Amino acid sequence: MQKHNLYLDNAATTPLHPDALAAMMPFLTERYGNPSGIYDYARETKKSVDEARRQIAAGINAKPEEIFFTCGGTEADNWAIKGAAEARWDKARHIITSAIEHHAVLHTCQYLEKRGYSVTYLPVDENGTVSPESVEKAIRPDTALVSVMLANNEVGTVEPVSAIGEITRKHGVLLHTDAVQAAGHIPIDVEALNADLLTVSAHKFYGPKGVGALYIKKGVRIAQFMHGGAQENNRRAGTENVAGIVGMGKAFSIAAQELPGEYARVSALRDRLISGIEATIPHAKLNGHRHDRLPGNVNFSFAFIEGESLLLLLDMQGCRASSGSACSSGSLDPSHVLMAMGIPHEKAHGSIRFTLGRHNTGADVDALLEILPPMIARLREMSPLYEDFITGKGQVWNTAKK
Amino acid sequence: MEYSEKVMDHFMNPRNVGEIEGASGIGTVGNAKCGDIMRVFLQIGEDGVIQDAKFKTFGCGAAVATSSMATELVKGKSIQEALEITNKTVMEALDGLPPVKIHCSCLAEEALHAALWDYAQKNSITIEGLTPPKEVHHDGNE
Repeated sequence: MQKHNLYLDNAATTPLHPDALAAMMPFLTERYGNPSGIYDYARETKKSVDEARRQIAAGINAKPEEIFFTCGGTEADNWAIKGAAEARWDKARHIITSAIEHHAVLHTCQYLEKRGYSVTYLPVDENGTVSPESVEKAIRPDTALVSVMLANNEVGTVEPVSAIGEITRKHGVLLHTDAVQAAGHIPIDVEALNADLLTVSAHKFYGPKGVGALYIKKGVRIAQFMHGGAQENNRRAGTENVAGIVGMGKAFSIAAQELPGEYARVSALRDRLISGIEATIPHAKLNGHRHDRLPGNVNFSFAFIEGESLLLLLDMQGCRASSGSACSSGSLDPSHVLMAMGIPHEKAHGSIRFTLGRHNTGADVDALLEILPPMIARLREMSPLYEDFITGKGQVWNTAKK
Repeated sequence: MEYSEKVMDHFMNPRNVGEIEGASGIGTVGNAKCGDIMRVFLQIGEDGVIQDAKFKTFGCGAAVATSSMATELVKGKSIQEALEITNKTVMEALDGLPPVKIHCSCLAEEALHAALWDYAQKNSITIEGLTPPKEVHHDGNE
């Protein structure tokens, strides 16, 4: 069997852009000065951190002084939500979020519930879309914050954050959006989104791991999260991860520059993969919104099979993907995102996510379309669910009662 | 989480996949909600020896490997010997399983027992030490 070398898990992480690495190298070697210092070594690193700040700001239509570097998307989500909630404790202790958020948001909200806040988890429709009307209905006089992601990491659905932002502005409620999956892949304009707080993470757009940023709109007050020194204009303590920040700035400016072309190219690959799977594999269902979707995301449920076993077969042929199956996550529950979309358990267990990126080509899509159908056929061949379906004892999808 | 070489071998080259036409006993256990369903087919001779065993499984790598190993272990055994095959036997034969996958080996033991139960029911006999299988929930209802 021919062994491939396919990386189709770009939503998990992306390889570092060589130009970002080149930009980082001096700060891992001779340019080690602490930006807080007063001497020449410090001034040059400070300048580079501020240049990265301008690069991030430019890419999302923000001002440089509205960008605060963190150690990643998770910290930025934690800071945004806990910080906004804490700063409003006296007047407003209600938070609205969606059922399909990343765990960095969901688990933060669950933590706040234990601390005396109340949280509304908005449902989504079968495409994984949060309706702006449901946000408006959920807003109470004591609502402090709405946090809805810009694009979902599992099914790729792009949320109507701009419309949600119009509502939060009207009601004087803060809006946070986790843009970790979106940044660098779809255009982001914090003004058009009406966002007050926005999270990005470098390693999702070919930057290094361990660095992210939180956009905090000028005038928006949130409590401090990291206490210590006076870095980041006294709002986020800790010596700057200079190399990481520089690499992030470089990667983001490249991504922003290449975005129009890459968006079109990767979307076309995505659609080719989707239609290829639909044409060659029966009983396959696309998860997530067909059109309002991240350019690189393809998520399918394959009836009668379980995701982890498919991932193992793919891995044996050099193809890296991920699954919403419980078995691949180490827990017994399948993906909370697929469950929130009303997808029955066994269909969620049989879900696979392929995420395309800048290194993928049409040849990769063709290679996957060649190896995937026989794998599905092989697993179905040994599936009692498929046997029941063939013999008329079972359905394509057994509907799990909630 | 990492599988042993034996588990990967039994997943990539599963033994005894398929069904037995007119099997002496068939047992289906697990449910789609948890992501595992195993169906074991046994062919048992008049002398009470298990002549053949086959399986079909919906599940993860460990579920497939434990089904494969359990059907291997049970072939050529008497019913009483077959009853002595536990999830631990299956696990040890596979050089262990990651902790989160131990339930798969339990399912393999249950599937063997369910097939033996079916055999006993069909032949109106009692097998000492064999208890009726738990009900199967295909629709995820519990």
